[in-house]
Amino acid sequence: MKVNSIYKEEKKSAFQKVSEVIITMASRPSGFIGLSILVFHIILAFISPYIAPYDFKAINPTLMLQAPSAEYWFGTDDLGRDVFTRTILGGRTALTITFFGSLIALLWGGLLGIFCGLVGGKIDDIVMRIVDAFLSIPWILAMLLIVSLLGTSTEVLIPALGFFYGKGIVRVARAATHDVIAKDFIVSARARGHSNFSIIWNEIIPNVRDAILVEGAMRWSWMLLGFSSLSFLGFGVSPPTPDWGLMISNARGLMSFAYWAVIAPIVGLSSLIIGINLTADAFAKALGIDRSTKAPV
Amino acid sequence: MSDIIQKVKNLSIGFKSKKGEEILILKNISTKIKKGETVGIVGESGSGKSTLALAMMGYVKHGLYTIGGECEFNSSNLLNMKSKDLEKIRGRKIAMIPQNAGQALTPNLKIGYQIDEALQLHSDLSEKEREKKISELLNKVRLPSPETIALRYPHELSGGQQQRVAVAMALAGTPDLLLLDEPTTGLDVTTQAHVLELLNFIAKDTGTSMVYVSHDLGAIAQVSDRIIVMYSGEIVLEGPSRDILKRPIHPYTHGLLKSIPKLSLAGLPESMPGSQPQPGIIQSGCSFFDRCNFSEDKCKNNSPQLEFLKELNTSVRCFNYEKLLKESQFNQNVNKIKNNSNDKEILNLSEVSISYAKQKLLDQIFNRISDDNPTVKDININIKKGETIALVGESGSGKSTILKSIAGLLRTKDGLIRFDENRNLSSDLKERNPNDLRIIQLIFQNPDESLNPNHTVEEIIAQPLKLYFGLKGEELNKNIIDLLQKVRLGEFYMSRYPRQLSGGEKQRVAVARAFAAKPDIILCDEVTSALDVSVQAAVLNLLQQLKEDFGTTYIFVSHDLAVVRAISDRVAVLYQGRLCEVGPSNDVYKFPSHPYTEVLLGAVLEPDPDIKPKLVAEDIVEEKPPEKGCSFQGRCSRIVGDICKKEIPPWQLTDSGNAIRCHIPIKELQKEQF
Ligand SMILES: Nc1ncnc2c1ncn2[C@@H]1O[C@H](COP(=O)(O)OP(=O)(O)OP(=O)(O)O)[C@@H](O)[C@H]1O
Ligand code: SF4
Ligand code: SF4
Ligand SMILES: [Mg+2]
Repeated sequence: MKVNSIYKEEKKSAFQKVSEVIITMASRPSGFIGLSILVFHIILAFISPYIAPYDFKAINPTLMLQAPSAEYWFGTDDLGRDVFTRTILGGRTALTITFFGSLIALLWGGLLGIFCGLVGGKIDDIVMRIVDAFLSIPWILAMLLIVSLLGTSTEVLIPALGFFYGKGIVRVARAATHDVIAKDFIVSARARGHSNFSIIWNEIIPNVRDAILVEGAMRWSWMLLGFSSLSFLGFGVSPPTPDWGLMISNARGLMSFAYWAVIAPIVGLSSLIIGINLTADAFAKALGIDRSTKAPV
Repeated sequence: MSDIIQKVKNLSIGFKSKKGEEILILKNISTKIKKGETVGIVGESGSGKSTLALAMMGYVKHGLYTIGGECEFNSSNLLNMKSKDLEKIRGRKIAMIPQNAGQALTPNLKIGYQIDEALQLHSDLSEKEREKKISELLNKVRLPSPETIALRYPHELSGGQQQRVAVAMALAGTPDLLLLDEPTTGLDVTTQAHVLELLNFIAKDTGTSMVYVSHDLGAIAQVSDRIIVMYSGEIVLEGPSRDILKRPIHPYTHGLLKSIPKLSLAGLPESMPGSQPQPGIIQSGCSFFDRCNFSEDKCKNNSPQLEFLKELNTSVRCFNYEKLLKESQFNQNVNKIKNNSNDKEILNLSEVSISYAKQKLLDQIFNRISDDNPTVKDININIKKGETIALVGESGSGKSTILKSIAGLLRTKDGLIRFDENRNLSSDLKERNPNDLRIIQLIFQNPDESLNPNHTVEEIIAQPLKLYFGLKGEELNKNIIDLLQKVRLGEFYMSRYPRQLSGGEKQRVAVARAFAAKPDIILCDEVTSALDVSVQAAVLNLLQQLKEDFGTTYIFVSHDLAVVRAISDRVAVLYQGRLCEVGPSNDVYKFPSHPYTEVLLGAVLEPDPDIKPKLVAEDIVEEKPPEKGCSFQGRCSRIVGDICKKEIPPWQLTDSGNAIRCHIPIKELQKEQF
């Protein structure tokens, strides 16, 4: 019998798989744009301290609210600080905190979701009720409460953000697990006598991983917006550390005559959010997950 | 006016692959449908039969496009028609009943309302007329008391009734052409026979042309005047139904008919090697070459054309059809299976009852199950080492439930399951030790669901080897290759994922995984029903071979009585979780039989125009077993009176050792009803 060529597919290493996904993502225009923006921001976050032309906290009253010029590309703010310097540095904290926050959200949300999907029944019901109840609390109020009680240090912000943004992941992970759990390969593993741990690790996780990762990527962009809102309200990064949310909040009153001081951080923040969003979408498509239904297309 | 209603001319439909190649799903199809004619399109999954049927109503699935050709309906090409004009034809002139149409009814709308909607859309009747028409339609599809049915919701109807409603809706626009895509697949044997009979009646009564698409030659044989056989996107044989079934002159059809088990023949049919090539495998030559028993060198590089044989009124695509033409009669050979059971008992079920009922708190605390009318009750079977015992019955008869209990996935309510005369297996998974779990392995119906899509074949087969025998490294590898060989798969399959395998190959991997545990008993739950007909026989033959080599015992669950006939030594017939008849297959398939066995046997659809199903009982579906008396009382056409409703019938033994549970004496049962 002739072997069909479609079937001639070799087993791929993890590296090959990852690079294949990235190539697929980049082969769509929206994915390419998203990835480029994201990579640009990440690189910038790493190198900005070395390329920043000025000291971000150097106050110079004589240089207040200068319009953009050859010397100060994005102009200066109300304290005479260089807006360009502050803009390229302003994403670092937000990016770092939300990245780790997302990891935490992924971890607890994913595991709890899988657990609920696996055990089902009463426990599942109760946990989901609690998650729903949390979902209905306006998160920003809760965050404000936490931050005002515990302070705005990274050790507080990362787990707090991770907690609030993990709830959505619980639902996705649970739904994905429910889909898998009814399949006969799980029944088969049970009948063979595999342990629960082995079933979760070998049978469930490989099948729900993609859906959870995509959801996590989406949550990242939302968390970024959330974190910036906190900063905007003065509960995020404390001055004089440059941060987009903080910069927008400081400069917004001066909009009418010093637009540059507010436009630069807005562009920074929104381009990053758009970049993550486009990337997450392309990621989902590359993995064959339709985000609107959370099911493989 | 011509009597040709639909003309397909040189139709090619395909898609663009990721690499940009044009891949053909339909290759240059030409055919005609006459007025009042029923044409069956048969082919295995992926042969393009549904694509062709959809094209006949001017619809090309998303992602596919027309490469060339036309579908002419009343001399206008549907494939380049504006959607506004198409709307006027679809539903009115051409209606379609898709697969699982019954389940696709809107769940929250009453049946009558849904039919009314169809009528409003496809006819110009007034409200009064429509009301009359609704009950007329429901009457026509032979639903009992149409007025009350119209007021019900879809979920209040059985699968067969839902399918009838779907037929009624399709008839709302009084179409000239009715397209049916697998209309009875997924229905119970008995229901299937009833629905087909109804379709036959409607075709005759209304003169509607029908195009009937199915993978099941048995169903096609019952309804079609003409049959089109498709293979790999091409028509390979087309002609009058009787000729095609009685004297198939294309090697594919020939092999296919030979590989389908028949009720009249005990033993395993010959299997056809290989599987249908995937679309787009650029091949020169005949697409059936790989699997053909009649092939010659020239078939390899030259593609045969569809040739019309006037004297037979048949078209055939094969260089060597004459060889088959000369074969005066079509004969099917079967290999008698060896009964290698010995007298040693391996598994004994005594008085087993199983319940799905929700348990009350008090019962939970005392860890007991109370349910007076459990799903499965009083099962007594004694299984001998090395035999194949089959459990048959309609959907919901508790076949899978019993298997689950034997596997320990479900606790029994009462009774004893004993392995090897002394090992008690009445407990569930948690209480069984690893060896108890190893000795019983399961093979499932649908290999797509039973193999983890993210594991390679190697990982799948390694699981039981690691778990039960702690194998590692070189030894593990050797064992995997060994097992693959046993199921006739090469070593190179190890690195493949399930999605890279055909249905038959997947099922072989599942078989290999079951045998990896070196089990004593294998539970097979509908293991061939998700497979294409042409690979079914191969899997059955493989199972039989392995059983003979290893002395394994099979408990084989199936709804297909012909398959059961082919492979089993003994048969147990179940209705509503109660045993009706147990005995050696040869005897169960002969009279006397239990009235329910009779119904089941009568409903079997055979790919033979001379064997028509015999419809004895109604195809109603009962939700729950009756509390008292015989489990079959609700549908039994031989019911003898009050005694059947009050007393559980006794077991009666026939001369050949067949046990039948009925109030009618054996002598009476001997008389055939039809
Ligand atoms: N998990 C469950 N909870 C409640 N009832 C169930 C459950 N599983 C099955 N049943 C019921 O038990 C009865 C027997 O089901 P079972 O699956 O054993 O039938 P089967 O003979 O295998 O049917 P099929 O041919 O459709 O596979 C049916 O009435 C079914 O509705
Ligand atoms: S053309 Fe050749 S290979 Fe094709 S079916 Fe006929 S004999 Fe077989
Ligand atoms: S016992 Fe009565 S109801 Fe049951 S099968 Fe026999 S005749 Fe029919
Ligand atoms: Mg079943």
